[in-house]
Amino acid sequence: MTAVITVPSSLDDLSFELVLEQLAAQPVDAKVIVDARHCTFASPYGLTALLTLAQTRSERPTFLPPEDQDKVTYWARAGFFRHAEELYDVQGTVPRPRTTRESDVLLELTPVVKSDDVHTVVERIKDKATHILTNRLHLISRATMGFTMALSEACQNIVEHAGRGGWVMVQVYQYRKRLGGRLAVVIAVCDAGVGFRRSLESSPRRPLTDRWDDGFALETAVVNGVSRYSDAGRGQGLKGIRGYVHRWDGKLSVRSGTARIALVPPWDDDVPRRDNLAPFAGAQLQITIPEKSAA
Amino acid sequence: MTRIDVGSVLRVSANLPYANLLTRSTGAAVRRCIEAEIASVGAEDVVTLDFTHIGMMDYSCADEVVAKLLLDLARRGARPSSLVFHGITDAHLEAIEDVLLHHGLALVVHFADGAARLVGAVSDDERVIWQLVHTRGSTHVDDLAREIEREASELTLVLEALLNRRLLRRDGPTFAPIGAVS
Repeated sequence: MTAVITVPSSLDDLSFELVLEQLAAQPVDAKVIVDARHCTFASPYGLTALLTLAQTRSERPTFLPPEDQDKVTYWARAGFFRHAEELYDVQGTVPRPRTTRESDVLLELTPVVKSDDVHTVVERIKDKATHILTNRLHLISRATMGFTMALSEACQNIVEHAGRGGWVMVQVYQYRKRLGGRLAVVIAVCDAGVGFRRSLESSPRRPLTDRWDDGFALETAVVNGVSRYSDAGRGQGLKGIRGYVHRWDGKLSVRSGTARIALVPPWDDDVPRRDNLAPFAGAQLQITIPEKSAA
Repeated sequence: MTRIDVGSVLRVSANLPYANLLTRSTGAAVRRCIEAEIASVGAEDVVTLDFTHIGMMDYSCADEVVAKLLLDLARRGARPSSLVFHGITDAHLEAIEDVLLHHGLALVVHFADGAARLVGAVSDDERVIWQLVHTRGSTHVDDLAREIEREASELTLVLEALLNRRLLRRDGPTFAPIGAVS
């Protein structure tokens, strides 16, 4: 029996939960059709998470692209179909973009598997990110350096902990609703690897507690900076990301297993922690840095 | 004075074709090459690590290249007598400061414009005394005590602590700043 998983019309880190709730009812070897025909918006998180979703299935899923040609062109420009065709049976014809240079996609969907990929990602994005963060988001040069460092550390988490490859994407948006029209740059890094709980369980540094679950594991790693490695210098990557996000009034959310935690700035109304979510392998991280407020 | 060009270490000694110090594995490879070079310098030598040709540095790499190098030198009580970081910019400083504070370490940084700064985990008192020695040059503890109206014995404790952390050096009977790159 084939199950149809409907992608919501607006796909971001929060609405992706609707996809996972539908998926949770299906055994991992069940054939699924991921139906994005009516999707009219997808954030970098939505696109990277859709790729990782396919990685979690033992039976190759089918993918139905958006019907709106503008949307499908955007997905193609973001590199979605180039990677999706390796993971899904993509139905229909999708456009082949020649360049992304003039779009707001700072970094199209890029695989991260090994350490070299982190260098490649940073080299590709550094100059363009500096230009956009300085000239459009009006941030000072130290913020642009921190941005590239945060990107590097987020990608390294895949290399160091996931046990399998993932994807990264970076884009600039205008946040009409939450930021009153200000721009924001968004980094999404998703993998379908072992996730935070299993990563920490492989280490003696795991806290001994009856409350041990995905949420506790996320707090242990993201808030307390504990890594599975015993080395005293480990865990500074996520700590550095957290500090950077806080300094520039940004937002950080990390989902793993059945939990999600977020560092929530005043301009957002998200909650700091969600538990008992639909299970999903690996770790999914999103960093949002807003344009500097005029005030 | 021994100068080690970190950009050259990255691209030649470690044979990694990058402009930036990113990822833990890159940092570990660079640190091993630097340690090998440092092993051959004299006990009284000042080693300058020159970051002029390094684009940027992330936290993981800074932990490997900066913190682990300083921790290893401190643990072994090994040569060189002092280590100075030269050619530091904003692109390096954030990660360096973070890892130094994390490990309770400090070092002397010479910026590209020639200015020197004590970076990392030091007390306000240590920072003020270090700055005074840096401004005055080689200084006898009694002269310094007179100038700032403090007890010489109390100042000696601070100066010895800075000396033990390789943030100052001995110059005969005086305490001296560690040198700028020539």
